[in-house]
Amino acid sequence: MNTLLTQNDTQRRDRMLTLGAAVIGLGLLFAFDSMFDRFTMQIFKLCAINVILALSLNLINGFTGLFSLGHAGFMAVGAYTCAILSMSPEQKEANFVLQPIMPVLLNVQMPFLPSLLIGGLLAGFIGWVLGVVTLRLRDDYLAIATLGFSEIIRVVLTNAQTITNGSLGLKGLPRFTTMWWAWGSAIVITLFLVLLIKSTYGRAFKSIRDNEIAAEAMGIDVLNMKVLSFTISSALAGIAGGLLAHYLTTIDPKQFIFLKTFDILLIVVLGGIGSITGSIVSAIVVTVLMEALRFLDGPLNLGFMVTNGIPGLRMVFFSALLMIVVIFRQQGLMGTAEFSWNSLARIGLLPKRGQKSGKGVE
Amino acid sequence: MDFQTFLQQFVNALSLGSLYALIAIGYTMVYGILRLINFAHGDVFMVGGYLAFFGISSFLIPWWLAFALAIVLTTAFGVGLERVAYRPLRDSPRISIMISAIGASFLIENLAIVLFDARPKAFPVAEFFAKNYVIGGVYVAGISLLIPIVTAVLLAVLLWIVNRTKTGMAMRAVSTDIDAARLMAIDVNRIVSITFAIGSALAAIGGIMWALKYPRLEPLMGIMPGLKCFIAAVVGGIGSIAGAVLGGLLLGMVELMTVAFLPELTGYKDAFAFILLIVVLLVKPTGLLGKNQGEKV
Amino acid sequence: MSSLLQTIDVNKKFGGLSAVTSLNMDVGAGDIIGLIGPNGAGKTTSFNLITGVYTPTSGKVIFNGQDITGMKPHAITHLGVARTFQNIRLFKEMSVLENVLVAQHMRMGANIFEATLRLPSYLKKEKHVHERAYALLEEVDLVEHAHAKATSLSYGKQRRLEIARALATEPKLLFLDEPAAGMNPQESVELMDFILKIRDQFNLTIVLIEHHMQLVMGVCKRMYVLDYGVTIAHGTPEEIQKDPKVIEAYLGVE
Ligand SMILES: Nc1ncnc2c1ncn2[C@@H]1O[C@H](COP(=O)(O)OP(=O)(O)O)[C@@H](O)[C@H]1O
Ligand SMILES: [Mg+2]
Repeated sequence: MNTLLTQNDTQRRDRMLTLGAAVIGLGLLFAFDSMFDRFTMQIFKLCAINVILALSLNLINGFTGLFSLGHAGFMAVGAYTCAILSMSPEQKEANFVLQPIMPVLLNVQMPFLPSLLIGGLLAGFIGWVLGVVTLRLRDDYLAIATLGFSEIIRVVLTNAQTITNGSLGLKGLPRFTTMWWAWGSAIVITLFLVLLIKSTYGRAFKSIRDNEIAAEAMGIDVLNMKVLSFTISSALAGIAGGLLAHYLTTIDPKQFIFLKTFDILLIVVLGGIGSITGSIVSAIVVTVLMEALRFLDGPLNLGFMVTNGIPGLRMVFFSALLMIVVIFRQQGLMGTAEFSWNSLARIGLLPKRGQKSGKGVE
Repeated sequence: MDFQTFLQQFVNALSLGSLYALIAIGYTMVYGILRLINFAHGDVFMVGGYLAFFGISSFLIPWWLAFALAIVLTTAFGVGLERVAYRPLRDSPRISIMISAIGASFLIENLAIVLFDARPKAFPVAEFFAKNYVIGGVYVAGISLLIPIVTAVLLAVLLWIVNRTKTGMAMRAVSTDIDAARLMAIDVNRIVSITFAIGSALAAIGGIMWALKYPRLEPLMGIMPGLKCFIAAVVGGIGSIAGAVLGGLLLGMVELMTVAFLPELTGYKDAFAFILLIVVLLVKPTGLLGKNQGEKV
Repeated sequence: MSSLLQTIDVNKKFGGLSAVTSLNMDVGAGDIIGLIGPNGAGKTTSFNLITGVYTPTSGKVIFNGQDITGMKPHAITHLGVARTFQNIRLFKEMSVLENVLVAQHMRMGANIFEATLRLPSYLKKEKHVHERAYALLEEVDLVEHAHAKATSLSYGKQRRLEIARALATEPKLLFLDEPAAGMNPQESVELMDFILKIRDQFNLTIVLIEHHMQLVMGVCKRMYVLDYGVTIAHGTPEEIQKDPKVIEAYLGVE
C-alpha cells in the first residue's frame, strides 16, 4: 500500500513537471518568435525539422534494428509532393520554363496541411512498397538496397521534367514553415513516437532488434512488423521533407543526394541509437553547431597566424566526431536510455520521492 | 544499329565493366572475411587517383614511378584504415561497424576536400594511354584496351594467391568461419590486413585507370563508382571473386548497352545499377554466384 | 491415443550433411517426451524443423491434425507451439517484464491505432497482459527482477525467464531445448519438478531435449534417442535404458 501511494505521488509530480515544462517551452517559443532576428529563427526551425528526421530514422535503425539508408529519398518524395500540391498555377508556370508542367498538376492547389500530409502519405506508401520488396533481404543488403532506392528517386526527380522541373528545381515556394509549424510538427511527432514505442508495438519492434529469431518464435510476425516500422519511418521523413521544402523555399534534386541521409545518421548516432531523448538533444546540438562552426570554413585567426578560408573544415570536424563516437563511445550520448523526471531526481536535481517499486500495477 | 556500332559499344562496355570488376573484387574480399560493407572503398579508389596525380604534377616524377608509388601508398592507407576504423569494432554489433565505415568514408571525403581542394583537377594522361587505335573499324583508346588486359592479369594472380598459396587457404578459412580459423591458430589480424592490402591495391590501380579514362579528379569521385561496384559485387554474389568479376562486367554491359540502344534513357543511367541490384536480389537473394549462408539457430 | 504432434519421415540436409534422417515422432496430448542423444545428434535441428525455423528437406509435420510443414515460425507459435533456445535468446536490451510482455503481443490483438492513442480498449488489454506477465514471473520466481535488464540475470534465471516467456504465448505444446544446461544437480532436479508442475497447471504437452539421460528418465513418458540424425531407439525409459544401441552410442561418445 505504501509503495502504491508513493508511486501515485511520483506520477502526480511528474505530470505537474511535464505540464510546467510544456508551458515554459511554449512561452520560450513565443518569446523567441518575437525576440530573435530572422537568421536565428531559421536555425531554430531547422532544429525542429532535424528532430523529426532523426526520430524517424531512429525508429527504423535504433528501435527496429534495421539499417536503412533511404531517408533522403523519402524526404525528396515528401518535399516535391508538398511543394507541387501547394504552389499556385502562376508560380508553377513561372518555374517550368524548359517544358510546361503536366496539365493535371498545373491547377491543383491546396493549403499547406493537406499538402504536407499527402506528401507524408505518398512517402509512406513508397516506403511500404519498398519495404515489402526489400525487407526479406539479409540485413546488410537492406542498407545498400535502400541507399540505391534513394538514388533512384533522385535520378527520377532529375529526369521527370514535366512533373518536377528536373534539375532546375522549384523556386519561390511559399514560406509556410513558420516556427509554429516546425515545432508544432516536431512536438506532435515526438509525442506520437513516444506513445508508439511505449506500446506493445514498440516492444515488438525492440524485440526484433534484440533477437529476430526469438521474436519470430514468440509469435511476432517479424516481416510485417519491419514493414510497418519502415512505412511509418518513411512517412515521417516525407513530412519532414515537406516542412524542409517550405522552409528553404527552393528545392532541387541535388539536395536529396544520399549524403543527406548520412547527416541524419550522424545525429542519430551521436544521440544514441535507440534513444528518443538522445535524438532530440543531438538534433538540436548538431544543428546549432553546424551553424556555429561555420567560422571554421572561413579565415581563421590562430593568434600566431591567420589562415585563409578552408572550406570543408567544418565537415571534417563532424565526420571526425562521428568516428570518435563510434569507436570510443558506441552508445552515443544516451545509449538506449530515455529522459525521465526520475532520472533527474536520481542525480539530485529534484527532491527524491517514490522509489521504483518491484511489484504493482503500472 | 549496325554491327560496327554494336562492336564499338561492346568494347567500351568491356572496358568499363573490367574496371568495375577490379573495384568490386575489393568489396567482395572484405565482405567475405569481415561481413562488412566497406563504404570507404570508393574513397580509397579516389585517394589512389589523387596520389598518382600529385606524383606526376607536383613532384614531377615519371608517370610509371608515380603510379607505382601511388599504389604502394594507397595500399598502406587501406591497411591503416582497417586498423583505425574497423579493428577496434571487430566484435561490436554489425550496425556499429557499418556506421564506422560510413564515418570513415565521410571523413576521408571531407579531408580530401580540405587537403586536395574541392575544385576538379585535370589528370595528366601520357600520350601512350591517350592514343587511339583502330581495330577492325572500331576506335579504341589505348587505356580502354589496357584495362581489360590489366584486369585479366590481376585476376589470374589473385586467383592463384587465393587458391594455391598458404595465405590464400587461410583467407578462405577465415571467410568460412572466423572463430574456427582462430582456433586453428590462424593469425586472423594478419589475414584481414592482407585482404585490405590486396583490395586497396586493386582500388588504387582502378583509381589510376579510371583517371586515365576519365581524366578529371574530384574529392567525391569515388562515391558513385564505389556504390556501383559494391552493387556489382552483390549482384555477382558477395564473397565470390568470380561473382565480382561477373557482376562488374554485367553492370558495364547494362549501363552502356542500354544507353546505346535506348538513348532516351540516358538520364537514368545512374539508376541502372540500383535497379539491377533490386531485380537480382529479388530473383536470387544470394546473387548470381553466391552461396546461401543461413544463421545457425 | 490421439496424437498432438506427428512428424512423418522428416529429413534435413545441410549441404552434404544429413542432420536429421527419417524423424518419425508421435507425441500425445499431455505427454512429456524426451529427446536425447550426444552432441551434434540433430536434436536442436529437430526442434527447428518442427517450429518452422528450418524447412524440412522432405517429410511432413502435423500439429493438431494440421499440416504445418513450411509454415513460418510465428504462425506455428500462433497455433500453440512454443519453445526455448539452447543458446539463450532473450531480448537483451529489454527488461525481464518486457520480455514476457512481448510474447503476449500476438494474443493481445491490439491494433496500432488503439495502441498509440491509448484507447480504453487498449488500456484494458495492457492491464491484462501486465497482470499475466507478473503471474508468470511469480511462477518462475523472478518477480523481484521484473524491471532489471534481461541480461543482468544469472544464467539459471535467464533459462527460467525463457520458460516464462514461452508460456506467455499460451502454448499447447512446449519445446524445451536443454533447459537444465548450466544448472547444478540440485537445480536440475527442481527443474524437473517444475516441468511436471507446469504441465498440469497449463495443460501442456512437453518435449524436452536433455543431454543427460538419467535426469529425464523420471519425468518422461517416452523417449527418442538420436545419433547422427538417426532415431536409434524410442520407447519408455526402461526400454531405452536396456537398449544396446543406446548404450553403445553413449559409451562411444561420453
Ligand atoms: N544451420 C546449419 N547449417 C549447417 N549445419 C548445421 C546447421 N544447424 C545444425 N547443423 C549441423 O547439424 C548437426 C546437428 O546439430 P544440432 O541439431 O544442433 O545437434 P544437437 O542439438 O543434437 O547437439 C550438427 O552437425 C550441426 O553442425
Ligand atoms: Mg542442441
